[in-house]
Amino acid sequence: MLKRDFAAVIFFTVVAVFFVFAALLTHPFGSPDNPVMDDYIIHNTQTEVGANNGVTSVVFDYRGFDTLGEATVLFTAVAGVILVFRRLKK
Amino acid sequence: MSMGMSKIVKTVSSVVFPFIVIYGLYIIAHGHLTPGGGFQGGAVVASGCAMLLVAHGSIWTIGKIREKQLSILESTGAVAFILLALLGLVFGTVFFKNFLVGNKFLFGEIPGYLSRVANFNTGGVLPLMNFAVGLKVIAGLFAIVLVMAYATSTFKKGEMEDGKR
Repeated sequence: MLKRDFAAVIFFTVVAVFFVFAALLTHPFGSPDNPVMDDYIIHNTQTEVGANNGVTSVVFDYRGFDTLGEATVLFTAVAGVILVFRRLKK
Repeated sequence: MSMGMSKIVKTVSSVVFPFIVIYGLYIIAHGHLTPGGGFQGGAVVASGCAMLLVAHGSIWTIGKIREKQLSILESTGAVAFILLALLGLVFGTVFFKNFLVGNKFLFGEIPGYLSRVANFNTGGVLPLMNFAVGLKVIAGLFAIVLVMAYATSTFKKGEMEDGKR
């Protein structure tokens, strides 16, 4: 039992050290590595799409296909759940 | 769960339910101005409906609305979403083209760059897509919860018909 606790402490220490180094190795807050697409969307979303909310304009206009896939996933989930649980009614 | 909870829980959930629905519809309708949108507001409204389902029981709820009607509503939302995208192909240039930007009467105004004025009449086709996705998410999530609750409540119903309770 004591050996297992020791192994768990070592394991979580190693994982925590990896997480801390990964957090330290990222770029600083507010200055991404390749901001070309971000700058384009920030500068043009209010004049091109006409919406003040940039996230919604990305989700429904610039990346509309992704939202279509998301809606398809939700539709498939609902259809699957109704298909599975409909048999149990009798 | 099939018979619902106590009278206190039923009353409180019935009082709170309209406020939750209004909040979720606000999030859906203002999806192009404030944080949130069709998915998030639909999840809020579906959570309110699920609260009513838990409080009143699935037998009462299945008497109010069937899952077939919910699935018709969800299909209506999905068809409206794809139809709006196809209208972009018809009136504009490509699939998912925002063809309502710049017109005079419906969601057509364009705020200037770095504008902070929350004008509701903006966004082009975005509010309509938010409404379609919101209807889809409301009906879909509530259909999932309703079908699962009703399927697990049949055993309780059988016990009741045997006269155990």
